[in-house]
Amino acid sequence: MSAVLSTKNLVRRFGGLVATNDVTFSLPAGARHALIGPNGAGKTTFVNLLSGVLPPTSGQVFLDGQDVSDWPVFKRARNGLSRTFQINQLFADFTPLETIGLALSEAHAEGAQFWRRAGTSKTIVDEAVSILEQLDLGDVMEHRVGSLPYGKQRLLEIAIAVAPKPKVLLLDEPAAGVPEGEREQILEIVEALPKEMALVLIEHDMDLVFRFAKTISVLVQGALFVEGPASEVARDPRVRQVYLGESEVEQHLGGAA
Amino acid sequence: MIDTALHATTGGESRAMAWFAERAKWRWPEFALWIAAFALAFVFPSRSALFNEVAILALFALSLDIVLGYAGIVSLGHGAFFGLGAYVAGLLAKAGGGAGLYSDPTFGLLVAAAVCGFVGYLTSFLVLRGADLTRLMVTLGVALIFAELANRMAWLTGGADGLQGVLPGKILGLVEFNFMHPEYAYLYSLSVLFILFIVARKVINSPFGVSLRAIKGNALRAGAIGINVNRRLNGAYTMGAAYAGVAGALLAQTTAFVSLDVLEFHRSADVMLIVIFGGVGTLYGAIVGAAAFKLLYDLLAAATPQYWQFWLGLILVLLVLFVRGGIMGLVSGLYARMTGKGETP
Repeated sequence: MSAVLSTKNLVRRFGGLVATNDVTFSLPAGARHALIGPNGAGKTTFVNLLSGVLPPTSGQVFLDGQDVSDWPVFKRARNGLSRTFQINQLFADFTPLETIGLALSEAHAEGAQFWRRAGTSKTIVDEAVSILEQLDLGDVMEHRVGSLPYGKQRLLEIAIAVAPKPKVLLLDEPAAGVPEGEREQILEIVEALPKEMALVLIEHDMDLVFRFAKTISVLVQGALFVEGPASEVARDPRVRQVYLGESEVEQHLGGAA
Repeated sequence: MIDTALHATTGGESRAMAWFAERAKWRWPEFALWIAAFALAFVFPSRSALFNEVAILALFALSLDIVLGYAGIVSLGHGAFFGLGAYVAGLLAKAGGGAGLYSDPTFGLLVAAAVCGFVGYLTSFLVLRGADLTRLMVTLGVALIFAELANRMAWLTGGADGLQGVLPGKILGLVEFNFMHPEYAYLYSLSVLFILFIVARKVINSPFGVSLRAIKGNALRAGAIGINVNRRLNGAYTMGAAYAGVAGALLAQTTAFVSLDVLEFHRSADVMLIVIFGGVGTLYGAIVGAAAFKLLYDLLAAATPQYWQFWLGLILVLLVLFVRGGIMGLVSGLYARMTGKGETP
């Protein structure tokens, strides 16, 4: 299967720290992939490199076979690469309706139109409402985003990224900070996304990861450690060691200090 | 907000269409403001010179509100475009000698808008290179360069003596500016302000305008949904520059004079104060702020000729500290209470 998103020898350094270390990675269309790893493994840095928030120190990123390494965020987004953020990045003064309307008008290349009132395109408004209803935001669509409960804001964070129907969606800890009872809903929404959309989930909650993912990559200290089908990765003794070993190392460090 | 009755009877789509329509709707205080503004010319024709200054200042403030309040670009040199517009219109009117196309006031406005828009477009690339502090410095620097150029090019601008012989023709070929009737000049400036306000209001409520608010709200997210942030900001800055140019052109035409004063720093600073005073990113804040600023200035200067700056400063400081969103913040709070459509908690 051809890769919809891939990287080649991707490296990102912050001073002396190598946050992403020579990662060569490939994501087929329609993937259900999870990216896991201990704290500080460089998962978010990797997502920032993929989405263009950070430029790589060296190496390349390919989207649909095209080298997009020096493309800015907006250009990658326009070409089908969407993402959510670990910390909500929303427009607090907007309503969910306006937010999704905006995302859709950009996706339809109508965002620069300055001589018609926003909300006059029935196609966009209808589409926005249907997305909001799918993501359980229908009843709060005219409320101010900043005053919504956290769980709803988290859903909106996903809705913005899903609205343009991307080819690849990077979900950076979508359930972070969401109370236990509402995590299930987020997982259901992610599971219901179109089959052809390639999904990358970054998550700490292993129950979520193993329920969702067909394939898993494990990042350790910026490098790809193990990669493969979820069932194999789950059994891999090295992976167990990394997760167990981490706490052991911490104990050792704690003891030495 | 939409009535609950509407909720129950119609589906999400029509509710959504209605929400968008409701938001952009003209409200009665808006009509009242404009009717009052036009009525002033007939009720107090003798004070029209002052009203004319307010209208011009309001347009200038409106132009900065587009740049600061919507595009989120902090500019301390917006006066550059005001001054450039004034000189363009002044030189045109001088060249025309009171008749013909060059002296036609409408033509003067269009050329001033085009020249300032073009210069604004070019400088927007410089301005957008940096973050806030850099932008402040670049805008300030550009304004200083313009002021010094106007000073040095005395053969063209008249230098420190000012530009003499500015003779604007008849407005739309019909009415002549007349110092015995300052209300003509006021009605002319106010009409231009009104038309450009409607245009700005339409642009702000368009998808382009929504994307500007999005960029100001969260540039990272705006980029992540595919908005070419810098290109949108280039557009907004260009529009703001063109508007400022028209304001400058109005001053040149209605006073038949241009001096180096149009490019002085205090204009950029005053207009920034006015926008903050009136309420950033509200459009009406520019108009109300300009009126309040001029009125206060007049009252205080008459009451305490020596200390008016102290009182003006004090009022500004108190307003900024204790009233969120300037005068418009106060007004919209009151309006929400009166109509029972309380703000979202």
